[in-house]
Amino acid sequence: MATRTVYESGLDRFNRPSKSVNIIFNLIFIILALVCVVPILVVLSISLSSEESIRQTGYHIFPTALSGEAYGYIVNQGTMILRALGVSLFVTIVGTVLGVLLTTSMGYAISRPNFKLKGLLTWIVFIPMVFNGGLVSSYYINSNMLGLKDTIWALILPLAVSSFNVIICKTFFKSTIPDGLIESAEMDGASQMRIFFSIILPISLPVIATIGLFLCFGYWNDWFQSMLYINNQDLYSLQALLNNLMSNVDALAKNAASMGVSYAMLAATMPKESARMAVAIVIVLPVAFAYPFFQRYFISGLTVGAVKG
Amino acid sequence: MDAKTKSKRFRTRWRKQDTELTILALPTTVWYILFCFLPMFGIIIAFKNFKISGGFLSNVFNSPWAGFKNFEFLFKSNDAWIIIRNTIGYNIVFIILGIVIPVALALMIGMIHNRRAGKVYQTMMFLPYFLSWVVVSAVGWAFLSFDKGIVNQVLVDMGRDPINWYMEPSYWPYFLIFMNIWKGLGYGMVVYLATITGIDKTYYEAAVIDGASIWQQTRFITLPLMKLVIIMMFILAVGRIFYTDFGLFFQVPRDSNSLFNVTTTIDVLVYKQLKSATVGMASAAAFVQSVLGCLMILFANWVVRRIDPDSAMI
Repeated sequence: MATRTVYESGLDRFNRPSKSVNIIFNLIFIILALVCVVPILVVLSISLSSEESIRQTGYHIFPTALSGEAYGYIVNQGTMILRALGVSLFVTIVGTVLGVLLTTSMGYAISRPNFKLKGLLTWIVFIPMVFNGGLVSSYYINSNMLGLKDTIWALILPLAVSSFNVIICKTFFKSTIPDGLIESAEMDGASQMRIFFSIILPISLPVIATIGLFLCFGYWNDWFQSMLYINNQDLYSLQALLNNLMSNVDALAKNAASMGVSYAMLAATMPKESARMAVAIVIVLPVAFAYPFFQRYFISGLTVGAVKG
Repeated sequence: MDAKTKSKRFRTRWRKQDTELTILALPTTVWYILFCFLPMFGIIIAFKNFKISGGFLSNVFNSPWAGFKNFEFLFKSNDAWIIIRNTIGYNIVFIILGIVIPVALALMIGMIHNRRAGKVYQTMMFLPYFLSWVVVSAVGWAFLSFDKGIVNQVLVDMGRDPINWYMEPSYWPYFLIFMNIWKGLGYGMVVYLATITGIDKTYYEAAVIDGASIWQQTRFITLPLMKLVIIMMFILAVGRIFYTDFGLFFQVPRDSNSLFNVTTTIDVLVYKQLKSATVGMASAAAFVQSVLGCLMILFANWVVRRIDPDSAMI
């Protein structure tokens, strides 16, 4: 990406627009950057507003009455939210590990030039990029035939592999790992499994980081699989919970009702509006803190994809 | 080419390595068969009177053939015209703006004097890309809700009547276009910025010596060298013209029935029909999308290969 050394050569000052243009450009980007970030801060501010103030004056960019009651509710009463957090974490971690293993092993196999099944497997990876069965038949196969409906695997398995990622891996293995390294290991009598796990994976951390991050963000942000396959509220991820709360705020009280407090009473007293936005913040916060640090792995994956789509 | 001649030389023998590599690739191959290839054969339910109860396979084999009845049903309904118009119409707008705006911004951010500031802007503009559509839908609700939304409060403060945004179809094409660009801006800029930073610096040095201004450099060096990537991105987007982002069209308008005419695309219709168990029409629409989508992608790839063989998929 952009390097800081670019402007060190003397010629470079001719490569800049004038000062006034520079100020205008900066202003444009400041406005755009704020347009991208402020909406999330608004959601944060709503989650920190007291329920009373929301009821009286609606949402505000700055909270009129600061209150942590939404987060207090989540910690004290929110068994449902904590369970959803658990589901989200489990799906993200297991899905990412599984996805990385499935993707890299296939990528390695089809990167070996002398592998007899290379042609066949490359087609198996390639065809789904061009043609797919569509939502209807995937839905029936996953739910009726594979029995994934209302299981946590419905959230994990269908998203584990993408041909795009396999091809990123294959390209990486082909272009950065010297053939001699693998051949010498083969001569020493190492099996392909051993070569893959003890030589290839340890030196392929950049591509593993890229694929892992794609998968990680993909699983954490997924709500579509839940909407398709999950009816059991115990298996709701945070995204599915928020999705549900957007149409039905009272759902938050349902689970707590079994803990001795009456449903009607809880539904009347709980901080609904702010709790809903607090769930959104619980989803966004880890992502917002993580992505600035992991950006460059993302960017390397995205640019490979743009060139070799 | 090189690999091919090599493998020919060894064709006669199946080595131990081949067995081991096959075992290594086996789990992923099984995954592909279950999650990609079975659904491809399942597509024939578009031509069947499919019933939902019972096992999938036995149903596929036992349900009676319907010929093109499902398609007739789909194309005779008013929905067919609406979803085709929406799917292709929105995609055309997204393709044009999705190239013009990120290219312009990538060019601009490359010119900013302070590199570090540019980096900060870019990072901030990348944030929406990492949000799910459910979260974006919550963000939209904070602004557009009828009784509590920020936009309506501003309108009331200005002495205007509040607007029931989720009931007013006329605004939604603009909202959807805005949301799509808002979310994709960071991604688009990254791709074009990578191209710009990859341009050989000596071109610019030569141009400066010849007395070219920064604008002339942009017009005659940067843009021509970006042309190939821009064309590639354009063609790849055209290849996906029958697919839309389900989250944008379903979550952001919050599935409001009043907005049906302006927010329903093929993907939304298929999902809704599937959930209401009208499998016939859903599978017909999904079939049309898969087949036309496949043809478009192959066509796009054919064009890419004519322009730049290295960038083609096949």
